[in-house]
Amino acid sequence: MGVTAALSARGLSKRYGKTTALDGVDLEVGEGELVGLLGPNGAGKSTLVKIACGLVRATAGEAQVGGVPAGSRVARASTGYLAELFRFPSWASAEEVLSLHQRLARSAGGVAEREALLERVGLAGEGGRRMGTMSKGMQQRLGIAQALIGDPRLVLLDEPTSALDPGGRRTVRDLLVGLREQGVGVLLNSHLLSEIELVCDRVVIIDGGRVVTEGRPQDLTAQGGVEVETSDGVRRLPDARREDVPRIVRELVAEGAEVYGVRVVTGTLEDAYLDAVVGRDG
Amino acid sequence: MSDAITIARHALKEAVRRRVLLVVALLTAAFLGLFALAAFEAFDSLDQTRGIVPVDEHALTGGTLLGLAMFVALFLGVVLAVFLTLDAVRGDAERGLLQPLVVRPVGRTTLLVGRLLAASAVCAIYVVVVFLAAALITHAAGDFTPSSLAVPAAGLALGVVTVVAVSLLGTTLLSTTANGIAIFMVFATGLAAGLLGQIGEGLEVDSLERASSIISWIVPFEALYQNGLHALTSDIDGATGVIVQLGPFGGASEVSAGIWLWAIAWSAAVLALAAIAFSRRDL
Repeated sequence: MGVTAALSARGLSKRYGKTTALDGVDLEVGEGELVGLLGPNGAGKSTLVKIACGLVRATAGEAQVGGVPAGSRVARASTGYLAELFRFPSWASAEEVLSLHQRLARSAGGVAEREALLERVGLAGEGGRRMGTMSKGMQQRLGIAQALIGDPRLVLLDEPTSALDPGGRRTVRDLLVGLREQGVGVLLNSHLLSEIELVCDRVVIIDGGRVVTEGRPQDLTAQGGVEVETSDGVRRLPDARREDVPRIVRELVAEGAEVYGVRVVTGTLEDAYLDAVVGRDG
Repeated sequence: MSDAITIARHALKEAVRRRVLLVVALLTAAFLGLFALAAFEAFDSLDQTRGIVPVDEHALTGGTLLGLAMFVALFLGVVLAVFLTLDAVRGDAERGLLQPLVVRPVGRTTLLVGRLLAASAVCAIYVVVVFLAAALITHAAGDFTPSSLAVPAAGLALGVVTVVAVSLLGTTLLSTTANGIAIFMVFATGLAAGLLGQIGEGLEVDSLERASSIISWIVPFEALYQNGLHALTSDIDGATGVIVQLGPFGGASEVSAGIWLWAIAWSAAVLALAAIAFSRRDL
């Protein structure tokens, strides 16, 4: 992680009237770090992302992008954003949309940048196509391309693959890995746990406007016990870990049991998520 | 300023691509055609009845026709102003069109200024063209030349700019439908105030005139419109002048020259309020 985080939030809160959307959230996205943001509907994920890009004002706390206040002109100049619910004018072509955003982002990339971005999101040769004739998936790809205009140092993607087919998701995964290699910080808000697990360096789970757990995917997907198949059936030892297996087998054999197989149960991010969110709610 | 021009160009491009301007041009051509038909018929019929009524019917017809043209130009200009801007903030935000632009390093005020520039340019040019075309037709049909072309044309142009500004303020606060209704109600209130003022002058009721004058300054498009109507026929005197000035399309009173600066300051203040409201709005 670099000295100055791509995104840093401290005690971030947001209230809409009597509804608390965020309640003292701390979060950091380092340079070249892919952070997955998980949480149930209404947990505050989109609000957090919107504060980071200046669409929503925090009620309390502060967010900084590259060391400057989120939402400021300088911060916005180094941020790329794709909203969950976005639309581009149906009358405009993909080229025109990118060209407009290049001017507004003060990008000098010109045609070369537009073509490279279209290629990167799998829309090469589609620049002249009008938005109104594009599928939702194609529009989402263009939305991602738009978010990458002007080489942002922080990219905020809110459900960027919700309309994409498996091929499109693969393209986006590769693209995210490419961004990490370029040192770009990415905050990826998604319900697709497998995507997050595959690509993110760190996962933050929020619920009810608070961070309920965070960590590396491999740490969150901790082992989920040991299953031993014996002559008496399958025994489940939910608290046991991989290093306990030799002792368990030794003890079972000493007791006279016949052991046919042992399986270390590995958890998934979904298990960790449900533990953090549903378990907490329950 | 270059960002505001970029936004304005984008808005203008949208108006062209969505064929807004084409539809407006076709319907306006149809109106001007009908207006020409009416103007030629009206002046032709004067030849047959000249001398029956003891007023200058030529001036009466020309002044009334151009008064009608001014009203139609203002009405259509206001419709255009409202429909080009009524969903610029809340409507576009609800559809997800605004957010990708707002997150760019373009200020929200710049976005509003861009929309103001685009809509003002379209509407101001539109009302001037419609009015001048009607004046040309009136001249061709009856060789009638109004007392002033510049004052009514400039008044119409500035009047629709004030409507653009108030519609932009409305769009930061109200939903698309509510904003449209609100602007048309404000417009109708202004016109009603103008008519009340004429009634007040006709019946010599000072309080009505005063109320009308105050309202027309609160919604300055009305004061500019009344001022333009007055200027249109200000050099027609005698009984004809009185009839034209008190007719449905005659301006009953001249408005102080301060209206021009007031309308500009008013628009700037309304836009500033819109910018403040927009800056506080969560998207």
